[in-house]
Amino acid sequence: MSDLFPLQVSDAQVRRRGKVLVGPVDLTLQAGGVTIVIGPNGSGKTSLLKMLHGILRLNRGVVKWACTTDEAQKRQAFVFQTPVMLRRTVLENLVYPLRLLKVPKTEAHQRAGDWAGRVGLGDALRRQATVLSGGERQKLAMARALIRDPDVLFLDEPCASLDGRAMREIETILQNAAASGTRIIMSTHDMGQARRLADEVLFILHGKVHEFGPAAGFFDTAETPQARAFLNGDIVE
Amino acid sequence: MSELWDGITQAFWLIFTLDADLVEITLRSLQVTLTALLIACLIALPLAAVLSVRRFPFRRITIAVLNALMGLPPVVVGLIVYIFLSRSGPFGVFGILFTPTAMIIAQVIIIVPLIASIAHQSLRDLWAEYHDLLISMNTTQGQRIRTLLWDSRRALLTAALAGFGRGIGEVGAIMVVGGNIDHATRVLTTAIALETGKGNFALALGLGFVLIALAIAVNLTIHWLSHTEREGRW
Repeated sequence: MSDLFPLQVSDAQVRRRGKVLVGPVDLTLQAGGVTIVIGPNGSGKTSLLKMLHGILRLNRGVVKWACTTDEAQKRQAFVFQTPVMLRRTVLENLVYPLRLLKVPKTEAHQRAGDWAGRVGLGDALRRQATVLSGGERQKLAMARALIRDPDVLFLDEPCASLDGRAMREIETILQNAAASGTRIIMSTHDMGQARRLADEVLFILHGKVHEFGPAAGFFDTAETPQARAFLNGDIVE
Repeated sequence: MSELWDGITQAFWLIFTLDADLVEITLRSLQVTLTALLIACLIALPLAAVLSVRRFPFRRITIAVLNALMGLPPVVVGLIVYIFLSRSGPFGVFGILFTPTAMIIAQVIIIVPLIASIAHQSLRDLWAEYHDLLISMNTTQGQRIRTLLWDSRRALLTAALAGFGRGIGEVGAIMVVGGNIDHATRVLTTAIALETGKGNFALALGLGFVLIALAIAVNLTIHWLSHTEREGRW
């Protein structure tokens, strides 16, 4: 069980150019499992994930891990909705985070080859990452995040605009990661995916957490009218 | 029109016979410009990367000034370097005025803003793309700069080649600080200026064609060595 948790978020808020992107948020996340963040477009899902991960600086409040922030930062990874590919080969993309951690070159190459195989990119090691298809890019981004063996993996709609096969492959990777102890915090638009993966669900609207609790309870008996409307497929403003 | 034809003939003849003077001034041109280019790259590329990655007071003004300095008049640069290196100037004690070293200094001053500005454009765009990823990977400032420089190497090569083009074709500053001394500081551009002044248009044109050929050859060599355009994306 990771000693990064519990993650305590108190009165956390991020503003940019006078506009509140997310917050104020009060939240406690425990170790283990998959937390799925859902909400309509522009509700603050991405901002919430980036705030928890530390990419967005807080304007007020606290995001407090059970260890030091520096230590916590080293043990997290983030997969973006539009995967950012380093302008290098697939192999070099995978080796990069390991070299940052000062893993010896030979071992880094070995682990990179192993991870490329696991996500189905074993034959593409020498290809430029920028020429991969959308699904391949997302799998590479995921492998590049997981190769560091993070305790926490944040994912921002990793399956947006992917076909069914690529989505299934990515969900399998995620389920394996969760099974091996990686804490997963992920946003999605896809309610089917949320039902398949979630242990707990966080519903966000206008940058504020409206509901947070076990997935089964949420999908069966959401408490707030906004969450119920969202689950019914209604437009939520 | 006949002068143009004579120029081509002269250029061909000078190259074909490996004219000793031509070889000497060509090698000096290359020596001065490539040395200046190397020094300028060592200054300009890290500077461009720092300007892309770091936020500090007056950053925007610094970038604006750097862009403005791209249009530095070479003759004015030459004059300022002349004043600094002349016997009565602060660096007169080194006695480097009218030497290739003085020409290199002038060229470095002229091409640093050009290389830094062009490099900054591409590094800034790449930083916008990599920003969240590199922050999320908990990279240090130094690691970010090294990553950006490495991953933009093709664009930086273009910046360096632009610097080379400006340097090899430069005449005003190196004429002032070099003095166009035969067998000492004469380079292709100053030789062209001299021959034009003497009315030897054919020879001046011939040297001009050699200069153009040289610039193209260096560009092609660098592109070939750096494997540019080998990995097709379509």
